[in-house]
Amino acid sequence: MNDTLSKEILTDDQIEQDLLKNINWGNKFKLWLAFLAVSLIICLYFYYQQIEHGLGVTGLHDYVSWGIYISNFVFFVATSLIGMLISSVLGLMNVSWVKPLARIAELVAVAFAMVAGLIIITDMGRPDRLLNVFMHGRVQSPIVWDIAVVVTYVAISILLLYIPLLPDIALCRDKLKNVPKWQQKMYKILALGWKGKAKQFKLMNNYTRILLILIIPIALSIHTVTSWLFAMTLRSGWDSPIFGPYFVSGAFVAGCAAVIITMYFFQKNYKLDKYITIDHFDRMGRLLVLVALVYVYFNINEIIVPAYKTNTADAKHVQEMLSGHESIMFWMVQLGGLIIPFLLILFRPMRRPLPLMLISIVILTGAWFKRVLIVVPTQLAPYYPIQNVPEKWTHYMPTVPEIAITTGSFILVLIIMSVLAKLFPVIPIWEIKEEINHNKN
Amino acid sequence: MSKANKNDKSRRKFLQNLGLAGVSAVGGTALLLQSCSDSKDSASGKKVKVLTQDNQLVEVDVANLKPSDKIKDLDYLQDRGREGIPGKKFVMVVDLAKCKNARKCMSACQNAHQLKPEMHHINVLEMNDPVRKTSYYMPKTCQHCDNPPCVSVCPVDATFKRQDGIVLIDNERCIGCRFCVAACPYSARTFNWTEPKDAKEFAEVTYDMELNVPQKKGTVTKCAFSADRLREGKLPYCVSACPNGVYYFGDSNEDLVTNGTTKKTVRLSELLEENAAYTLMPELGTKPSVYYLPPRQNKG
Repeated sequence: MNDTLSKEILTDDQIEQDLLKNINWGNKFKLWLAFLAVSLIICLYFYYQQIEHGLGVTGLHDYVSWGIYISNFVFFVATSLIGMLISSVLGLMNVSWVKPLARIAELVAVAFAMVAGLIIITDMGRPDRLLNVFMHGRVQSPIVWDIAVVVTYVAISILLLYIPLLPDIALCRDKLKNVPKWQQKMYKILALGWKGKAKQFKLMNNYTRILLILIIPIALSIHTVTSWLFAMTLRSGWDSPIFGPYFVSGAFVAGCAAVIITMYFFQKNYKLDKYITIDHFDRMGRLLVLVALVYVYFNINEIIVPAYKTNTADAKHVQEMLSGHESIMFWMVQLGGLIIPFLLILFRPMRRPLPLMLISIVILTGAWFKRVLIVVPTQLAPYYPIQNVPEKWTHYMPTVPEIAITTGSFILVLIIMSVLAKLFPVIPIWEIKEEINHNKN
Repeated sequence: MSKANKNDKSRRKFLQNLGLAGVSAVGGTALLLQSCSDSKDSASGKKVKVLTQDNQLVEVDVANLKPSDKIKDLDYLQDRGREGIPGKKFVMVVDLAKCKNARKCMSACQNAHQLKPEMHHINVLEMNDPVRKTSYYMPKTCQHCDNPPCVSVCPVDATFKRQDGIVLIDNERCIGCRFCVAACPYSARTFNWTEPKDAKEFAEVTYDMELNVPQKKGTVTKCAFSADRLREGKLPYCVSACPNGVYYFGDSNEDLVTNGTTKKTVRLSELLEENAAYTLMPELGTKPSVYYLPPRQNKG
């Protein structure tokens, strides 16, 4: 059955001990959290500057009015989609090796999706008027669709993280007596009186199943609608009917890479080698190759079809990508960030934890710049020439505050994931126990 | 631009209660009286009779009359701005053969709308004619499309199309997402990236969306076809400022347009037909309200 787990015979006590070990507030963790908090405060200072002086502190202007904030938003929504692929699609297909990884994938999904919503606010000229969207929202605007689906996705992802966590929260409540009082109280409340009865398990499994099915169309819609923010306009380079699937396929590449990186650090920091095994990395590597191939296929469609035709605006856009202004970034992203890494992962030694994690970092970086390539160049090639404006409005370069605020979004993701991983076991203990008992029989 | 007077709110309320529709209801008498209403709060003892909107004759103390009050009321201006001018359908015709890049339109527009030099509601572009290998000047404003992509994408109904064909923006509601900027294929919109020009001087001015002044940091701004001037029966700022007779402006329901320089009024349909008029990128299906007459045939 499950051959990814360690071959050692593990007793239930051993499993509990191993997987609850990470729940403590050690000095090393406090230092890490303090570092993150200080970094976040620095980034927040730059956001305060932006509020005070307006979006003029960024490199944005009338021609590139959407820059790295929006690219970063697309990237975050993309990365968060992996929760759906791993815990839902593979889970429903009874692919048992993903079970220990499902919670990590949901952690990534929740953290990235939550912060994605905040990134949109940093891009707003008038964040103080956020409520206007609810007071005066108009259904024909893709932004309203996007807000609706992102909020739904965050809610369902949180439930999908929480509900299968119930037996483990109850375990924390019963076993962890050395944690602070507030934490014990929190477990008590969150466990919802879980006693491990068969009826409770049945209920939990039913709810989880409903959520696993629900999340598939919602996850597909969040990224499809995000792609429509661009595809619904009349701009060349964005005006593409395959933007939805193109974005979704790219999302899985970024998400797989993010999960691999997270897995690696959890495995190393919490000494989970018996539960996140070399075999898990190997399989995640293969999954990454599969999704990368699909993405390459969409990239070929997105570039070759307009390049073949002579539609002036589109041809100009493609030419800028292949050999013009954007060509260096374009080829770095396509070759360095996608094709070379996935060719490397085809070789087994490259799917070992360390090399795979390093390759995933390269892929994730490439995926981030890819979003910039989707968002920015189209705006630099409007239908009518850019004239009678400052020279710097003919290109786009993010400023220090803009980069700092974007960095802040990553720090916030790290804070959310680090804190959640300190409060709850990152591997589903009850599922592992079940799995091992099953194997024993 | 007169500054709003905060201390006579009560007087404004009083006038509203009377149901005065606006300047016109009070008529010439009131305008005359405005000059002698300096005595502020004390009643002058002189009474005048005025007609209210529901045709009732009422007597009002002269001191309480101040027609410009209405135009300082935000709610009144917001309602008026959204409603538009009934029965009208405004159009502009730009005769490219006459444009000599004088740019008087651009400066008149920027002065009227409190815009910084890099912000354009109207922008005169130097365009290449790939067939004749020459260049020509093309003033580009908001096209006031009948099928405006910017209006479709706005999440909060801050930008909207009025019954008289004008696409306006309400910077009291705009959240600054700039989706309209991304959606407009004519790059007609501009954004207040920083504090607007002369923000302090305009701090007390009541916002009039037909003029889109005062500008606000973090909101989008755009050409309004000078809706404030149209309400007074005048031609737009850019149209009147042109020294070369480039612009015609008028009402397509009447089929008449007036040249801003010569003040000559001509039939719109004839002008368009005789000069082979066209609109910008008709293939996009946006249905602009701005027509262009082609540039000169010989080298301009």
